[in-house]
Amino acid sequence: MYAFTLHRPSSVRQAANLLAKSEDAKLLAGGQTLIPTMKQRLASPASLIDLSLIEGLSGIELRGRSIVIGAMTRHAEVADSPVVQENLPALAELAGEIGDPHVRNMGTIGGSLANNDPNADYPAAALGLGATIVTNKRRIAADEFFTGMFETALGADEIVTKVMFPLPKKAAYVKFANPASRYALVGVLVSKRGREIRVAVTGAGANGVFRVTAFEEALQRRFGPKSLDGLSVPAAGLNSDIHGSAEYRAHLIGVLARRAVAAAAG
Amino acid sequence: MSATGIGATVRRKEDQRFITGKGHYTADVNRAGQTHACFVRSPHAHARIKGIDATAASKMPGVVAVLTGADLAVDKLGNLICGWMIHSKDGSAMKMAPHPALAQTKACHVGDPVAVVIAETLAQAKDAAEKVQVDYEVLPAVADPAQAQSAGAAQIHEVAPKNTIYQWQLGDKGKTDAAFQSAAHVTKLDIVNNRLVPNAIEPRAAIGEYDSGTGHFTLWNTTQNPHVARLVIAAFIGMAPEHKLRVIAPDVGGGFGSKIFIYPEEVVALWASKRVGRPVKWVAERVESFLSDAHGRDHVTHAEMAFDRDGKVVGLRARTIANLGAYMSTFSSSVPTYLYATLLSGQYNIPNIYCEVDAVYTNTVPVDAYRGAGRPEATFVVERLVEVAARELSIDPAELRKRNFIHQFPHQTPVILAYDAGDYNASLKKALELADYKGFAKRKRESARDGKLRGIGLSAYIEACGLAPSQAAGSLGAGVGLWESAEVRVNPTGSVEVLTGSHSHGQGHETTFAQLVSERLGIAIDNVSIVHGDTDIVQFGMGTYGSRSGAVGMSAIVKALDKVEAKAKKVASHLLEAAEGDIVFKDGKFTVAGTDRSVPWGDVALNAYTAHKFSGQELEPGLKETSFYDPTNFTFPAGCHVCEVEIDPDTGETEIVNWTAVDDFGVLVNPMIVEGQVHGGITQGVGQALLERAIYDKDGQLVTGSFMDYCMPRAHDVPSFKVGVTVTKCPSNPLGIKGCGEAGAIAAPAAVINAITDAIGSEQIAMPATPQAVWTAIQRGNATRKAAE
Ligand SMILES: Cc1cc2nc3c(=O)[nH]c(=O)nc-3n(C[C@H](O)[C@H](O)[C@H](O)COP(=O)(O)OP(=O)(O)OC[C@H]3O[C@@H](n4cnc5c(N)ncnc54)[C@H](O)[C@@H]3O)c2cc1C
Repeated sequence: MYAFTLHRPSSVRQAANLLAKSEDAKLLAGGQTLIPTMKQRLASPASLIDLSLIEGLSGIELRGRSIVIGAMTRHAEVADSPVVQENLPALAELAGEIGDPHVRNMGTIGGSLANNDPNADYPAAALGLGATIVTNKRRIAADEFFTGMFETALGADEIVTKVMFPLPKKAAYVKFANPASRYALVGVLVSKRGREIRVAVTGAGANGVFRVTAFEEALQRRFGPKSLDGLSVPAAGLNSDIHGSAEYRAHLIGVLARRAVAAAAG
Repeated sequence: MSATGIGATVRRKEDQRFITGKGHYTADVNRAGQTHACFVRSPHAHARIKGIDATAASKMPGVVAVLTGADLAVDKLGNLICGWMIHSKDGSAMKMAPHPALAQTKACHVGDPVAVVIAETLAQAKDAAEKVQVDYEVLPAVADPAQAQSAGAAQIHEVAPKNTIYQWQLGDKGKTDAAFQSAAHVTKLDIVNNRLVPNAIEPRAAIGEYDSGTGHFTLWNTTQNPHVARLVIAAFIGMAPEHKLRVIAPDVGGGFGSKIFIYPEEVVALWASKRVGRPVKWVAERVESFLSDAHGRDHVTHAEMAFDRDGKVVGLRARTIANLGAYMSTFSSSVPTYLYATLLSGQYNIPNIYCEVDAVYTNTVPVDAYRGAGRPEATFVVERLVEVAARELSIDPAELRKRNFIHQFPHQTPVILAYDAGDYNASLKKALELADYKGFAKRKRESARDGKLRGIGLSAYIEACGLAPSQAAGSLGAGVGLWESAEVRVNPTGSVEVLTGSHSHGQGHETTFAQLVSERLGIAIDNVSIVHGDTDIVQFGMGTYGSRSGAVGMSAIVKALDKVEAKAKKVASHLLEAAEGDIVFKDGKFTVAGTDRSVPWGDVALNAYTAHKFSGQELEPGLKETSFYDPTNFTFPAGCHVCEVEIDPDTGETEIVNWTAVDDFGVLVNPMIVEGQVHGGITQGVGQALLERAIYDKDGQLVTGSFMDYCMPRAHDVPSFKVGVTVTKCPSNPLGIKGCGEAGAIAAPAAVINAITDAIGSEQIAMPATPQAVWTAIQRGNATRKAAE
């Protein structure tokens, strides 16, 4: 790790100011992505702005027909939250399958979304549930938030403050973990809210998380696993690496989507 | 059996310190004035070093020195060596290329150390290491052993044309070919034994310290064999004469073979400590472990097994290319030869065996012994062949094995080894019972109802442990003897220290060795301590690997205890005023035979030191004896493992649903520790079969260079094991012990792959059988079936 200056602001405004005026600064949330990269000397920010002392950035709340989760809320808190377990069990399960206990006790939802790792789980939740990402400046619909691999719509001095998940009628997430890293080799989140059906896929897309409209349309007609029979996602353009070829990933998307629909419908 | 004696399940004495954070590892050692080393490693698999500019690095804050291969050359340090001579078929000696501790003319694998920065702090050393400018001329590289000998392949070392280290053979080619010619059936397999990264939990580390007042060096080092390290560093590297070099291996957190070898980093730490006049400390980071710990396995093999009309094996032949990496590591040459081809008879009576092995250089990390070393590779060849043959011949795999088992002992195989004892039928029978082999068909139907594919696979393995005797090892090319030593030091108060040349790095010697002493002397186990891992304290030793410490190390203790008892009887005879021949030692008491006159152990120990009751002319005071034990044969642990899997055909995921292991390790010293070794061994074997593989790309970059991509087995990857034993005593050592440390890793891969291939009905699957690989094999199978219809 290279030397850096550590800032520990107590408000989002302070944090945003520091971010705007410090050169080459980075926000530090749970540190589960950032710190390992720094230890390997692959990232060398001149300063870190630690969000952990800012009050009100963490917590889970049921507001009307939405669950609102503060950006600094740890994965373990989401997994263990009775509010989430009761109203949006798919999200609690997803959070409970991220990494290992150490990672879940430190990693945050804001950090995960801002990082937009193509194999991360939360992006599938945000896109698949039609979440809204709230920042210190604006609200961004999940459909507009994820712009590419490790790329988001966030501006240079923009900070995620919370995430709003509208409650679906049905939802399920099925993950096929990369055996080594436990990130998603492929993960599929399926949800139904009113007339809206979403199928979001993580782990497979060369540009990160994406929706499968063909599946969504088929499920519009009837929300059941059989509706997906005969449908598949083309392998072209999907990720291919030592853990899974594009063909294998394409196949898994179909399998996992059917399983997710079955779980959500059942 | 006493409560703490041989055969008792005694809790591990060493665990108190290990599980309360009180272990003392090399990284815990800190010396006054110590500096820190950071190695500059080649990012290229193969590159000429045109120049190294350390000017900028030397000026960085805290830098004490930047040293390169040129400095090593100035000090005339010798090369690292491989200590086992192998001769090719044509009689020529193996082609050992120079291996300097810091590369001098070229770097031969990614991670090859080319320079070292010594600084006040580790961070400063790392900062400066980035500033060392190495001018590389990148050369073409070869990483795939199957490509290494081809005409267009990069040429790595001048001494080894076509990258070929040796072309070795074992067995009778003419007779074997003849047996194949008249065979009724021949089974053929192409096998890749996947390359593994050892990944001991404690990364390697070294601290070198030089005392300019006395000219003595001390090396703290994560080694499985401190005396061998001292010998090599003294005799071959020429750093210091042996009597001025002390090697200390404190607690060592796992080795699996990877800490047997003498590595560049410890040599450099020691050498640099004299150069800079201060202690030099180096602790590997995990990424460095991936790029510098000797890897394991990496064989490409074509193997065939021939049968007569009755399903009897009449011959086996195999041709293997073994990847030894960029340099020949300490014992690398012996692994794919004498530790491999000698085991190709398995548990079977095979009259004709012939094996050819080409060892090759590639631009990869050196490859050497890793848990099982050669024997897992051999077992995989034999047990896959038998299983596939059974399927081809439509004979039950258990029945085919039974038909070919060796029943008569001793049994001379056509490949050197003479098995001394065993009962292969017994372990097979017990394993099949425990695994409910009979009920498998029903379980398979139940799985099918759930849309799952179920398979069962056997592995009837044998291994040869405690490589010996030294004379025989020497005649096969070993550069060292393979005996073990022990000193039993009785204190005046009757407590005992055992100085052993074995080295514990997870095996539990502090408990098992103490059990032996406790039983033999009738003293409490807490009154025995086991001392190991320091060349200034322990007389000498060959260290721990190859499941040798029970069979060889403990036998040495038995011999020393024999001598202690003999001497103690002499002391007792004076105390009891009886003839020495009339003294009987039992239950911690010396008694005059046929009387009730006795003295306890403690009194004899005390009197041995006070020497008040006998004259020094008659009997020397003291009670301390040393023994060097050289076995008369290998030991031959064997057993049968049964693996049962369930596969999800939609994803290719394999779940191991049942595992039965029935092993014959001879006499068990501590069944709990043995069971732990079996669990760990199987899990490592499951890792090889399902998860682990070191992958190099065509440019020689290690693609699986961290735990993000290299998959180690986790608890959820294995079921709760059913473990049973059968016992035939080992006739060649006093305790009847065979060894148990490697068995699981040897048996497991074949059992897993036999189960998977049974489930999917296709033999075309390589290790590791990842979900993708299994899914692909199922698709391929479906496609060929469709085409056939
Ligand atoms: C061993 C291991 C296994 C893992 N397995 C999984 C897995 O299975 N699934 C999975 O999804 N993830 C996994 N992760 C990643 C983990 O979930 C991380 O927590 C997550 O990716 C980043 O969150 P963080 O809070 O740690 O962010 P940090 O590492 O602190 O930051 C990540 C990035 O986001 C930025 N950032 C952080 N917070 C904000 C904010 N509020 N607004 C704007 N930018 C911000 C930072 O500046 C930085 O660039 C794993 C990580 C490890 C180490």
